[in-house]
Amino acid sequence: MAKTRAHGFQVLLPLSVLAILVLINLIKGADYFSISIINGALYGNIPNILFGASELVILAMGMTLVTSSSGGQDISVGVAAAITSSVFVRVLLTGGGITWTTILAAFLVSCAVGILIGAFNGALVAVFNVQPMVATLILFTAGRSIAFLVDGRLSPILANDLTSQIGSVIPGVPIQTPIILTVVFIILFAVLLKTTNLKLYAESVGINAKAARLNGLSPVRIKFLTYMLLGVCTAVAGFIAVTKAGRHDSVNLLKFVEMDAILAVAIGGNALGGGKFSITGSIIGAYTIEVLNRTLLRLEVNPEAIKAFKAVFIIILMVVSSPVLRAYVAKARIRLQARSGSAAAMQTAAAGAASPSRPDGSGKEEA
Amino acid sequence: MQGICKSFPGVRALHDVRFTLRRGEVHALMGENGAGKSTLIKVMTGVYEKDSGQIVIDGKAIHFRSPQDAQDFGVGTVYQEITLCPNLTVAENMFIGRGRYAFVDWKQMKEKTAELLASLGIPARPTQALSSCSLAVQQMIAIARAVDMDCKILILDEPTSSLDEDEVQKLFSLMRELKSRGVGIVFVTHFLDQVYEISDRITVLRNGEFIGDYEAASLPQVELVAKMMGKALDDVSQMKKREPSARDSGEPVFEAKGLSSAAGVKPFDFAIRKGEVNGFTGLLGSGRSESVRAIFAADKVTGGDIRVNGKKARIGEPIHAMKLGIGYLPEDRKGDGIIADLSVRDNIILALQVMKGFFRPFSRKQAEAFADEYIERLNIKTASTGTPIRSLSGGNQQKVILARWLLTHPEYLILDEPTRGIDVGTKVEIQKLVLKLAEEGVSVTFISSEIEEMLRTCSRLIVMKDRAIVGELSGEDLTEGVVMHVIAGGGD
Repeated sequence: MAKTRAHGFQVLLPLSVLAILVLINLIKGADYFSISIINGALYGNIPNILFGASELVILAMGMTLVTSSSGGQDISVGVAAAITSSVFVRVLLTGGGITWTTILAAFLVSCAVGILIGAFNGALVAVFNVQPMVATLILFTAGRSIAFLVDGRLSPILANDLTSQIGSVIPGVPIQTPIILTVVFIILFAVLLKTTNLKLYAESVGINAKAARLNGLSPVRIKFLTYMLLGVCTAVAGFIAVTKAGRHDSVNLLKFVEMDAILAVAIGGNALGGGKFSITGSIIGAYTIEVLNRTLLRLEVNPEAIKAFKAVFIIILMVVSSPVLRAYVAKARIRLQARSGSAAAMQTAAAGAASPSRPDGSGKEEA
Repeated sequence: MQGICKSFPGVRALHDVRFTLRRGEVHALMGENGAGKSTLIKVMTGVYEKDSGQIVIDGKAIHFRSPQDAQDFGVGTVYQEITLCPNLTVAENMFIGRGRYAFVDWKQMKEKTAELLASLGIPARPTQALSSCSLAVQQMIAIARAVDMDCKILILDEPTSSLDEDEVQKLFSLMRELKSRGVGIVFVTHFLDQVYEISDRITVLRNGEFIGDYEAASLPQVELVAKMMGKALDDVSQMKKREPSARDSGEPVFEAKGLSSAAGVKPFDFAIRKGEVNGFTGLLGSGRSESVRAIFAADKVTGGDIRVNGKKARIGEPIHAMKLGIGYLPEDRKGDGIIADLSVRDNIILALQVMKGFFRPFSRKQAEAFADEYIERLNIKTASTGTPIRSLSGGNQQKVILARWLLTHPEYLILDEPTRGIDVGTKVEIQKLVLKLAEEGVSVTFISSEIEEMLRTCSRLIVMKDRAIVGELSGEDLTEGVVMHVIAGGGD
């Protein structure tokens, strides 16, 4: 069960951060976990966190795949979500009556647009070998204008019961709809990872694309695929965001979410240089960011100053989890052990250090 | 240079090496992989500091502490990969990093560059972007830059490996021009013909030791090869030319006609029969790896017809070769073989899994069973199936890659240097395994730098030189002497 152990270690950091944040909240007020029922649905700090983090969680999952396979990040996810949701709104509003069917149809169209956007970014990255961040910078720059053009006017409003139920609560269901959608999405994602070789292929390509190719994989296709899957994620995130808001604001919808999505991947213990990944880590990372935001609000930090506090927190987190510090800690531990250890143990250690013979190969390859 | 020693932790890279360069001569530095050529050059250019020994230039003892030091004493180096800036102009590249002033006199710079290019006969304009010049011209510009910096000693490290024949000739005429100006040139290459064409003297290194320096004119190619490989040539039997028709017994499993690849192998014909073990041999850089890579489409295939079991086939990507029952263990274990961060288990099942398909992953139990089976069969030493492959020793990593291909049950297995850098015990195990596979009817192409190993395992040897096949040996001709003779002289 080595896999579970490695997995456990990777999510240890975000989990402990989460625990610290919850502790701070509990010190601030013991009613942190209290849940109340309003209009037949659950409300409270925890449901609000789950509700608020929905889009971020979904984007972080897609971002994890892209990071793994291409060793880079897509900074256009927020903008892409603005475009897909503008398409959703446009299709829905021009389609006549708003029913569950037309909503589903409009959503599927927006998913197709999301895949198209993913294919565009994926082509730049996988086929033309453009740096992921530079490739997605194109859409990052142009995307909100495109969304505005699709809208045709400023902030089209979704004034109807059905979409507002998707964005809040469906009568008779005690849990807010975005939370349910997120859970469903996570389950679908888990099924995808379970029934396909996506994880093995993406990781192989991300770790060593040349070797992956010699094992019959097509690095181009796999990178492309991960970008298209991220495209689906942006469409779902955009759908949730726009139904929550009740109107499509092409300028502010999911603004700056891309940075949080990347951060969630990093907090989840995933290497931003690609390779092995843990979706669970990224999901926990996304919720951690949401909890952090809300904790700062709860501590009555001035909303204008929140970003600065967040930055400090992130710096600490990144330094603590950096390999440099980890190596330092490991070294310090060895030194401590050597000091407290018996003289005999020290002698063997010294003999080991003095003897010039090392496992061969290390220097041979250098020569 | 005298008595140069250089050690790395655990490895003595150079031991008491001598090297003498005269004014106005081209001196070839020869040796197989790991002989210490690069280390010696790095000591010469101040990249490494020597542990002991003496470097003397013009009668004065000198100690280089940094590459800058070496440059100040007139030692210029041009490496195989061009280390200039491709997006700057030729003139900018000539002068970059040399000015002591913050301001540049563009006009003067251009004029001086034009002058220099003309005097050396380099076909380039000062205002042209470097990237628009051919590789050969870029190389020449790098040389011109070194010359303009008043270098007395010019080190050319594999300058011709990415050039075609015409370009090599141009480079040679530039080298002759410099020679006549009194510049001493150290020429490192693995192309034997080129050594004899341009060099005055040859120094041979082997395993970090100085073997000797010789006048090029008085050292026959065969002896040079023998000295590089460390074999005495006592009994050299008569050299055999390549026979166009190989023995025809049994159906060929794999056949290629006129196969060529983007990596620069000349079109070649190749066939292997069921249960046969053959091998490509030749010096480093002779094209033996590139040839097998072309078979597996590891490099882009540029031409040729392929037949597998008599049926015409197309191999454009490695996956096509895999589906035709071909397995390929690459030479560069780290770069092309292992997926370092993945577990031993994932590394073992990868190829078979890819052949099975994206939507049909092996169950965890099945994957574990495969991994356990091959860990036991090949005696792979690993803590568990979940251990990342990078934490295994080189030999065990190699066995994992071998397990990966055995698991696909190939009809034809290509093993490129499967025994390099691994201990003797494992080497023997792998050789035995190859012979056992052959008995079971698997065809194997086996490549090794160690000729004895090839002679022990292969029933047919294809000899390569300068990226072309120069001979094919079997039966009685499979002796070290004959192999070396073909390597040295088979090309005519």
